[in-house]
Amino acid sequence: MSTRLLEGSEAIAEAMITAGCRFFAGYPMTPFTEVLEHMARRLPQVGGVCMNAESELEAIGMAWGAAATGTPAATGSTGQGLSLMQESLAEITLARVPLVVLNMARAQGDYFQATRGGGHGDYRHIVLAPMDMQEAVELTQLAFHLAAEWRNPVLVFGDYYLAHTMGSVDLRRAEFGPLPPVDWALDGSSGGSGRAKIVSPLGTHKRSDGAGYNLADHYRTCAEATARMAAQVKPLAETGFLEGAEVVAVAFGTPGKYVRAAVRALRDDGLPVGYVRPITLFPFPSAAVAEACAGVKAVAVYENNQGQMIEDVRLAVLGRAPVHFIGGLSLDSSGFGIAPDLDVRVIRQRLERVLDGAKP
Amino acid sequence: MTEGRRVVPTDAPPTEPARLVRDFTPELIDVGTHHLCPGCGEPVAMRAAVEAIEELGVVQRTIGVFGIGCYTAFSNNLDVEVLQALHGRAPSLATGVKRAKPDAFVFTVQGDGDMVNEGLQEVIHTAARGENVTCLMLNNGVFGETGGHMTATTVIGQRTKNSLEGRNAADHGHPILLANLLAQLDGAAYVARGAVNTAHNVAITKQMVTAAFTAQLAGSGFSFVEILTMCPTGWFVDTAEAPEYLGDNLAAVHRIGVLKDLSRE
Repeated sequence: MSTRLLEGSEAIAEAMITAGCRFFAGYPMTPFTEVLEHMARRLPQVGGVCMNAESELEAIGMAWGAAATGTPAATGSTGQGLSLMQESLAEITLARVPLVVLNMARAQGDYFQATRGGGHGDYRHIVLAPMDMQEAVELTQLAFHLAAEWRNPVLVFGDYYLAHTMGSVDLRRAEFGPLPPVDWALDGSSGGSGRAKIVSPLGTHKRSDGAGYNLADHYRTCAEATARMAAQVKPLAETGFLEGAEVVAVAFGTPGKYVRAAVRALRDDGLPVGYVRPITLFPFPSAAVAEACAGVKAVAVYENNQGQMIEDVRLAVLGRAPVHFIGGLSLDSSGFGIAPDLDVRVIRQRLERVLDGAKP
Repeated sequence: MTEGRRVVPTDAPPTEPARLVRDFTPELIDVGTHHLCPGCGEPVAMRAAVEAIEELGVVQRTIGVFGIGCYTAFSNNLDVEVLQALHGRAPSLATGVKRAKPDAFVFTVQGDGDMVNEGLQEVIHTAARGENVTCLMLNNGVFGETGGHMTATTVIGQRTKNSLEGRNAADHGHPILLANLLAQLDGAAYVARGAVNTAHNVAITKQMVTAAFTAQLAGSGFSFVEILTMCPTGWFVDTAEAPEYLGDNLAAVHRIGVLKDLSRE
């Protein structure tokens, strides 16, 4: 056991280093800043490189370059910074370069950005949404494994609470099994062989193959890889109190923990409420959500935004039960994602109203 | 500069098709034929770069990072490793490559639209950091790939498709002389501007590229060569007149020469 008292940002930084990350680039922005601080301090100690990039545009570019050499690499920001990175994120995916991207988000308004992608073209990212520091340590390590396994960017969706809360955390290394060989990465050594490597969002064929760039073929190949990834990456979800539940609450990330506490309190009072918490936002755990909501009278979705994940919940439930939104954007004046509504009593009241409405 | 010069229409195929005059394809270019326009200067500049790589004996540790422009035709055509970047972003990718693999020999190829318009801050910061990479900028003063539109290096008076009467400072501002700008930065070890419009200029440009690459191999810091290239299609001039047009117009503003060489100071 290596339990330490750490801030979430430092725990995530340590988890990245444990996962083998040796290159990080970023630009300060609340609440992401401390991750950058810790990486700037820690990476050189383990032979890695942390770049204080001149903007998020260069941060993602530097991480792209390092990742193309097969070096486990990451970058991150808040959703605003990730908006700047979207063009590169789209192309990195089409170039099939593994990369881990952190979004220490302000509240949960970046769900669509994370799961639909804010960039151009047909691509998907795996999205992992930890509810607390311990889960973040595990999922951050899983993110590096999945990125390498699928040669695709993986996003870790955190928030202010995750980044800035201190707690006791076990930093043990997680094992996920063997990875495919990194035979595609660049180091210069294939030059002059007649088959020098290329890493490009435009394609992998060279004119000496008799083919060259063919965007129709390349985009089709990428789409097939994305479909395999979407079908084979195991969707993760946590469920609880589903037996006899008449109302099921759905929430992800930090609010998932508050919703779980509210559901537990309602159960203590004998009220038939359960919950399901998506952990992978892509692939969305549709089967787990559908199963959790089978036969219930109503589904209640709590998000700290105007209602984004609710669309995926509705697609999973497919009209078999009414899906109500019990969340809403809740911020203090800083806008950093500190939510007055993120309170077990508030969530409990909203769930009780759904329960009342669900009564025949 | 438009006076006395015939404006060549580019909305129809040329009456005289392209023909191979002589094949100068160097070893490191896989397929010699390219789909660039007759009279384009970019293949000449690429030849100087890959010949220098071969002569310096760094073929098996070279990673070229390409921007987006007509020259991207060479990103899947070389027998050195290539990382294809987005338009404007090659210097930050090159930075990531070099920091992750310090033993690699890393160069970028970008055009003026890519480097000076879309991604100007990238090259400035890369130079200021003294990043030990070499950036090559093929400067023809137009967005060639879109058909001849104004860039940040288009000279005053130059016709483009979105400055039909010629660039004027009142409406379009002044050109950025990138090599001159970069030469002021402490992190830059070698900065030069060459051209490929004459045999003499091709020869000195090859020397400049070799010197820039040598600076990287010595670990001296950032090195940069701007290469003025012909774009008769984007300039709407006769192919045969393009070298002279370059000399009279582009090179009159973007002046050829070595602007900084720390190894000689």
